[in-house]
Amino acid sequence: MKNIVAIVKMVPDLVEELEINEDGTDLDRDWLRLIINEFDNHAIEQAILLKEREGGEVTVIAPEAEGVEDMLFTTAAKGADRMIKLEGDFEDGVNNHALARAFAEKTKSYQPDLILTGVQANDDLDGSIGPLVAEYLGMPYVGYISGVTIEGEKALVKKEYPGGLIGEMEVTLPAVLGIQAGEEPPRYVAISKVRQMMKTSEIDEQEVPELDSSGGIAANRMYLPEAAERAEMIEGDEGEIAAKLVEIFKEVGAL
Amino acid sequence: MADTATVGFTTEFYNSLFDVADGEKLKTCLQCADCSGICPFGYLMDFPPGRMIAWMRAGILDEMLESDSVWMCVSCYACTEVCPKGIPLTPGLMTRAKEELLLAGNIPAELQSALEFSQRYGNPLGESPRKRAAWTEGLDFDIPIMRKAKRPVDVLWFVGDYASYHPRVQETTIAFAKLLNNLGIDFGILGPEENSDGDSQRLAGERGLFEMLAEKNGKAFGKYEFGEIITTDPHAYNAIKNEYPQLGIEYPVRHYTEFLAERIEDIKPLLKDNGEKKVTYHDPCYLGRANDIYDAPRALLEAIPGVEIVEMAHTKSTSLCCGGGGGGMWLDGFQWEKGEVRLSDWRVKEAVTAEAEVLAVACPYEPPRFEDSTKTIEGAEKITVRDILELLIEAIE
Repeated sequence: MKNIVAIVKMVPDLVEELEINEDGTDLDRDWLRLIINEFDNHAIEQAILLKEREGGEVTVIAPEAEGVEDMLFTTAAKGADRMIKLEGDFEDGVNNHALARAFAEKTKSYQPDLILTGVQANDDLDGSIGPLVAEYLGMPYVGYISGVTIEGEKALVKKEYPGGLIGEMEVTLPAVLGIQAGEEPPRYVAISKVRQMMKTSEIDEQEVPELDSSGGIAANRMYLPEAAERAEMIEGDEGEIAAKLVEIFKEVGAL
Repeated sequence: MADTATVGFTTEFYNSLFDVADGEKLKTCLQCADCSGICPFGYLMDFPPGRMIAWMRAGILDEMLESDSVWMCVSCYACTEVCPKGIPLTPGLMTRAKEELLLAGNIPAELQSALEFSQRYGNPLGESPRKRAAWTEGLDFDIPIMRKAKRPVDVLWFVGDYASYHPRVQETTIAFAKLLNNLGIDFGILGPEENSDGDSQRLAGERGLFEMLAEKNGKAFGKYEFGEIITTDPHAYNAIKNEYPQLGIEYPVRHYTEFLAERIEDIKPLLKDNGEKKVTYHDPCYLGRANDIYDAPRALLEAIPGVEIVEMAHTKSTSLCCGGGGGGMWLDGFQWEKGEVRLSDWRVKEAVTAEAEVLAVACPYEPPRFEDSTKTIEGAEKITVRDILELLIEAIE
């Protein structure tokens, strides 16, 4: 195993309430707080675990976004060897088709044996990144992975199925894997180590001259879930509430 | 990785302890084991303070990095208080040990999330930083937020994490707001510009995170004009009083008990007699042992008509930790797995023995911890847990 590339992105952090833009077609990005996609964070952990076990180099690639530098320095403190920030017209959000084309193009130059990415993200409107990247690079893709072992030219992967089933399969390398969970939860690195990385390591900024979003979808309307009917709150003291409940139970035929 | 972390570890660790104030005193350790004996969790630790020093002297402390029982330390200062040689065991030895464990990646998962939340959102609860002042909504008077008020104030109220976000502790926060309003104090809060004080994160071994949070608060303090800082949180008080100055962030700060005790004559006429009540007071570690404030809280309680103070077996400098300090607030599950005990249970049992009707507190970590324990400890069903501020407001309204 020589080259592992993790392709990751920042996504809306749901700690803040989301707001819709004036056109009603997208999130209001002025107010968004961003966070590393949780599944991508697991992909990074899996990449570092593989490096520690099998050797090789880990490259992390992410498009520019608020907070992306901090995230990349954190991956360096965890053990990533190279950090790439893609620069271009990402500010207003891009679809996954455009992002996957940019990832595929940039990833090529690192001659990856293995590309890891999160199996999904909360802002995937036009499919997940992994299969798109695999298609553009002509590589095999397996998603919902929770374990990776390298055996020569092949990877033995654990794929999660609904109902708690796990399948084991062999994939010929190079391949793209959509990570559901790393073999270990993402590790903690002390802030002092991250700050050290900020002083001693550098993020390689690479320009993406053009974003091709063809094949994606256009949102006609984006809106918050609308409440259909609200619950009725029964007021009164214990006796009154009990009497009202009995009445309702009789009404619906439960008593 | 393990190799580079442990080569010469014992020597390096030992030498690093002399950088802490009074660190040289470590050399005078008598191995009397008072520290390990007084530690409320000492019996669950592979390396209580005394043994840590013995192994260090023998040059074989590397093994400590493999043990997770150092995380049982709640930084309560009980060991430091009893040490006959005055060795800074809590701020030096135990905190440095946690720093080393953290660097070695030996960290319980629940603590990890609290640290990540603190870094990301400026509070360990993982709440929205924009909603830090949301507790002020619904009050029938204004709480000035410095950025909007745009004027100097006499008093900057550093609200703190749990006081801002925890639904139970918000009741205490609102009580203090009402009291300040009643007394006509000219005050303001930082609102979303306030970050966690960082002290418990520091004592949980995350010095870098503490410095980052302190710098953010220092920057916010520097933007406004005020006479002094007050806070209801002994941990914030300890940080701003004793730790921030080392980072060049120097402001006068008082805990609310000191601030109000000074105004006791203005408060007394406002207090009604709500009937007789036996009240016991729990000395918070970071008000009592760490900062020697024992009288002001009791003076406030004594001012309330009908209050009779009864003391628990452990009181003042021997007070028992609620279990929340030094990262304990974020290690409940871990601590339960280790010992199936809660320090708050132990404390509430003492309140039962003292025949108290009210367990009075003065730290935001305590109301939720002790209230949980009153639900499970036999005989504690009728004990109510109240911050002194809540007792004062109940006597006013």
